[in-house]
Amino acid sequence: MLEVKNLHVQVDDKEILKGMDITVAPGEVHSIMGPNGSGKSTLAQVLAGRETYEVTEGEITFQGKDILDLEPEERACEGIFLAFQYPVEIPGVANTYLLREALNAKREYRDEKPLKHVEFGKLAKEKMKALGIDEDLLKRSVNAGFSGGEKKRNEIFQMQILEPTLAVLDETDSGLDIDALKIVANGVNSMRDSGRSFIVITHYQRLLNYIVPDFVHVMVDGKIVRSGGKELAHELEEKGYAGF
Amino acid sequence: MAIVFDGTRESYVEGLSEFLDSGQKDAPEWVTTLRREAISGFAKLGFPTLSDEEWRFTNLEALRRGSFSIAENGISGVSRKSVNSYGFPGLDCLRLVFVNGRFASSLSDTGDAGEGILVKSLSEAISEQGDLVKDHLARYADYEKDAFISLNTSYFEDGVFVYVPDGTVFEKPVHVLHVSTDEGRPLFINPRNLIIVGQSSAAKVIEHYVSASQSVYFSNVVTEVVCGENANLEHYRLEFESQKAFNFTTLRVNQQKNSNIASHSVLRGGAIVRNNVHPVLGGEGCNSDIYGLFMSEGRQHMDNFMRVEHASPHCDSRQFYNGVLDDRSKGVFHGRILVHEGAEKTDAKQTNRNLLLSDTAQIDTKPQLEIYNDDVKCTHGATIGQMDEEALFYLCSRGIPMRKAKIIMLRAFTNETLEHMSIDPVRETLERAVMKWFEQRLENGDGR
Ligand SMILES: Nc1ncnc2c1ncn2[C@@H]1O[C@H](COP(=O)(O)OP(=O)(O)OP(=O)(O)O)[C@@H](O)[C@H]1O
Ligand SMILES: [Mg+2]
Repeated sequence: MLEVKNLHVQVDDKEILKGMDITVAPGEVHSIMGPNGSGKSTLAQVLAGRETYEVTEGEITFQGKDILDLEPEERACEGIFLAFQYPVEIPGVANTYLLREALNAKREYRDEKPLKHVEFGKLAKEKMKALGIDEDLLKRSVNAGFSGGEKKRNEIFQMQILEPTLAVLDETDSGLDIDALKIVANGVNSMRDSGRSFIVITHYQRLLNYIVPDFVHVMVDGKIVRSGGKELAHELEEKGYAGF
Repeated sequence: MAIVFDGTRESYVEGLSEFLDSGQKDAPEWVTTLRREAISGFAKLGFPTLSDEEWRFTNLEALRRGSFSIAENGISGVSRKSVNSYGFPGLDCLRLVFVNGRFASSLSDTGDAGEGILVKSLSEAISEQGDLVKDHLARYADYEKDAFISLNTSYFEDGVFVYVPDGTVFEKPVHVLHVSTDEGRPLFINPRNLIIVGQSSAAKVIEHYVSASQSVYFSNVVTEVVCGENANLEHYRLEFESQKAFNFTTLRVNQQKNSNIASHSVLRGGAIVRNNVHPVLGGEGCNSDIYGLFMSEGRQHMDNFMRVEHASPHCDSRQFYNGVLDDRSKGVFHGRILVHEGAEKTDAKQTNRNLLLSDTAQIDTKPQLEIYNDDVKCTHGATIGQMDEEALFYLCSRGIPMRKAKIIMLRAFTNETLEHMSIDPVRETLERAVMKWFEQRLENGDGR
């Protein structure tokens, strides 16, 4: 599904990713852990197509397609979704408006008819209920004045509506209390299937009790330094990153 | 023979007698006296220069060099069809049309305004309601202190007169459409409007300035408003003049006890534009909400000059002004809040936000608080920035094309002011106009 090979990325002449490799097959959940500043979010943003990050070397193929030249919106329509570490506040743009536009952009990309207001409303209500999101969050401006937990839940809500093939969750668990964490994890688990993959970036093994990964990768200074199964997360929790 | 002003102070001063002789022979004595007084004001003042504190950012050299003349051709060239195209679909309103500052009754629908309400041209009101007009005309907009008000008071020909008696809610909005046309030489047009809203009454007036051609002209508007005790006025000034026009406007509002005004300015046309909004909160418990949106491109220059005068205790004022500037255009926001001695418990707030669409657009934003009183709450804030790149990326990362993402962001920005308009068809028409403008802007750019 996703193949990242020898990826080098820089910002303002500073190299941040220094030969990153990761291969994700359909249906797999990969977790990436690593110290602050190691480049996890950079990878996530580069996958989503952020222009501020310059890819100087390497390749990214998604479902057999080279996506490096695709715009962020094209990648999204191809099926990539990024749950932001810091979801952006957009005053004046209603959450529901963003979602409907996004969903319909994706449908248009696939030559499908736009969803009617009522249909969209029904879909949104259903998903919100499962995530314990208050309905008036829909009417409010995107993330504006949301609590940390509300922002993260809103990301998962968007993911559920947009149904990506590859979801990259960048610290979606940070700042959540245990109940919210379970809700978010359920939201992810309910979407797991043989055709959909996840990259879960986290600092805490705790999340991985709920979203059980197939692989755990350790990222240090811009590359993967070790990969293993879910037990690697326990080891990291105990020993930290000192050994790398 | 046309009356021509060659740009010098003398030409404007000396032109008055010819103006009085040609079209104003039947005018009442008091109006002629007023015009003479006003021109002596201009003789003393002349056009402001960059060294005037209030004109620091706006250079009038081009206006001073320009030659302008009084229109001669009447209303020909403006059809009912073109007038209709300036309407607001779905709006039930009265309409008064003025062409180059003169009333076009054949294009107007003054219909039935309601018991005691007067909606007519100011020149008609001067002959039919002389005493009423005399009590208010030029009583508020000070022709001794402001050169443009002096000129307008000297040379105005017509404009709208709205009078709502006490205790009357005038439901139907009044659409006042000022159209300028090309007469082959640059015109000097002086629309003069007077709006009087009686005690516990309400009215909605939409002043709308459009141009049938992209010609050069000098339009100089003065609107005086009396908002009686406990009265409500919603006022719109929609400026869609020619891109080559010089446009100066003053909205001078006299607010009495417990009155409410909402003023909406939308500026889109004009080469050099100056929009003065000057409410005086003259009785306890007044409220002024002042909203503005200006959009500039090319080398347009838009100067927004607010002077909110708190003259009584317990009054609130709010200013929300947003600017969108592209190309090499320039904007000015000068937000003056003046709190008089004795105006305790004043609550004045001012916000000016600016969105720059190009690296070469420029905005000068300047709050100016002048407070002669301790017991007040005044806040102001200004922001200047480009479109939020992170927000755009966020939208695109959800699958929304960049172009659409930009439109969404711009709409959110412009709605901060437009959403306060209570007349839906007007708001919707403006939203469409804003979007059309912005889409043209995107077309000219690289789309990303
Ligand atoms: N836009 C940027 N400009 C300059 N430096 C940047 C930019 N984005 C990231 N960096 C730098 O790149 C490095 C990696 O940052 P990144 O956010 O990818 O780390 P991270 O692994 O996600 O860290 P954390 O665990 O704290 O979220 C850091 O040193 C950071 O300061
Ligand atoms: Mg990070």
